[in-house]
Amino acid sequence: MAESKNSSGGASLFNLFRRPEAGAAAGFILIFLFFAYFGLDKNFLTALGTSTWLNFASKVGIIAIPIGFLMIAGELDISIGAVIPAGGIVLAMGTELYGINIWVAFAMSMVICGFIGFVNGMIVTRTKVPSLIVTLATLFVVAGLNAYVSKGLAGTTQHSLQDVGVVSEFILGDYHTLAFGDGDDKVTVFRSLQSSFFLFLLVSALGFFILHKSPWGNWIFALGGDQESARNAGIPTSSLKIVLFILSAMAAGLVGMTEAVLANTASTTTQFGMIFNSIICVVVGGVLLTGGFGTVTGTVFGTLTFGIVFQGINFTTFDKDLNMLFIGVLLLVAVLMNDTFREWATRASTAKK
Amino acid sequence: MSDTPILEMQNVNKSFGPVDVLHDISLKVRAGEVLCLLGDNGAGKSTLIKTLSGVHQPTSGDMLMDGEKVRFDRPRDATDRGIATVHQFGGTFPLMSIGRSFFVGMEPTKGWGPFKRFDREKANAIAVKAVQDFGITRIDDGDRLIGGLSGGERQSLAIARALHFGARVLILDEPTAALGVKQATHVLRVVNEAKRRGLAVIFITHQVMHAMAVGDHFAVLIRGAIAADFKKGEKSREEITDLMAGGESMSDLEAQIDADNEGQSSQAGAA
Repeated sequence: MAESKNSSGGASLFNLFRRPEAGAAAGFILIFLFFAYFGLDKNFLTALGTSTWLNFASKVGIIAIPIGFLMIAGELDISIGAVIPAGGIVLAMGTELYGINIWVAFAMSMVICGFIGFVNGMIVTRTKVPSLIVTLATLFVVAGLNAYVSKGLAGTTQHSLQDVGVVSEFILGDYHTLAFGDGDDKVTVFRSLQSSFFLFLLVSALGFFILHKSPWGNWIFALGGDQESARNAGIPTSSLKIVLFILSAMAAGLVGMTEAVLANTASTTTQFGMIFNSIICVVVGGVLLTGGFGTVTGTVFGTLTFGIVFQGINFTTFDKDLNMLFIGVLLLVAVLMNDTFREWATRASTAKK
Repeated sequence: MSDTPILEMQNVNKSFGPVDVLHDISLKVRAGEVLCLLGDNGAGKSTLIKTLSGVHQPTSGDMLMDGEKVRFDRPRDATDRGIATVHQFGGTFPLMSIGRSFFVGMEPTKGWGPFKRFDREKANAIAVKAVQDFGITRIDDGDRLIGGLSGGERQSLAIARALHFGARVLILDEPTAALGVKQATHVLRVVNEAKRRGLAVIFITHQVMHAMAVGDHFAVLIRGAIAADFKKGEKSREEITDLMAGGESMSDLEAQIDADNEGQSSQAGAA
């Protein structure tokens, strides 16, 4: 093999490629510089401009982290498109229609979304039907239930959610600004960042710990690498998968709730776009579609890149319709890079002898 | 070496509904002994392995460990008793690091409570040492991905892993089947080392050469029954090959093939 004859320089280059988040980070920097250049005149680099794409990215990101876990474990979850509105309307109906305390309603919503994830996981592990089909089915089941239950209980598919209290609004759905000084000395750290951005940071940190630091992360990688061997090694593969489906459903519910609190309204509209968006973020972040490999850091960079491309176009003179084209190209490049990476990783020799 | 076999099968039968797969199988393996199970494709080798490793339960007959009757309801029961099965490709995760893969399911941790962390350095150090003790010195970095190892190194890693976690009986399912000559030699050396360390090894193969290189005891499986059971040096390579081919002598088969070939070439000449 040619690689084995490489000098230490080649080996360190290989080590760089062994970290897929390096590729995702490089992509992020390139995209950022690109839009910073073309969007400079239209305030892309201001605090408000940055918040525009960060806010958009955080909502996708909260879901993308657990979806990344599922994809590393070799599964998909597209039911999140319907679980997002489910989370929102349960919260809104609970507080407005039944006058339940917001945090109790929050817990109820989490339990209901978690249950949807549990059903997904049970069906996938019991029947061996591909998770794409199972969650496609539950996507429509939940979407139907959203509208039916919503109309049955409240007579509408749009629920208002007023006055949820200062604390819950602060945590779930508000705009935050941090600045020092006044007048000309004013230093703005961030401006109009939504609560979901901070939740995204929290979810990312938790995700990083679980996947890369805790022993469970090892189980997730093993599950995606070779399920049979993982089971032989004593990993409770079915339970683990069910937990991962519960996590992704709860993350989707959380996003639905932050949206509802922020907009003071919840709708039953199924968010089909979020299904693709979350998968794109994960793939751009270097998670292999075949499972068994990926990082949380990569997914975070993938999400940020996606956010910039999706929102950044508004800061440039390019036609806004081109953002879909950008994302398509981005996804294609990412998939090809991931594939190349896998080739590299499985072909490299063990030592430099 | 104690005289009681570590693992023994007594008159084991296994049928799936009306289909009988294993007939009256009796075999035993002692510590520090390699039992080679030879058999052609479809002879019932995989069913036998799965019965030994707890995936299937015998329809009738007994399994004994250290002279005691045992029953494995799940693969985990067999593993807990120290029976480790290493499959041809299984047991390894191409895109995981050597250290992580080695400890899958039994991760060493540091810290406490919910903050327990996977101890990467410790895992890497133990994994690398375990493989190097088997003479695979090329593996020196626990962070390398399994996918970068050769087939023989992967097998060796899987065997080293089984030993590290206290296996007493090692079931090797066609470990050399997909390997080149040099790689196969690697694995055979590891098998010898395992034997030297006092493990009972059940080595399943259809490559007579590999079996003869490490085996102390041989059993030939034909259509789910043991057709021959003999010790090292009792039979020649040709005799074993003939046995595996179902009693029909290999030279007869060769003659048949020659005849077929001649028939074809004369046809080709006529056309």
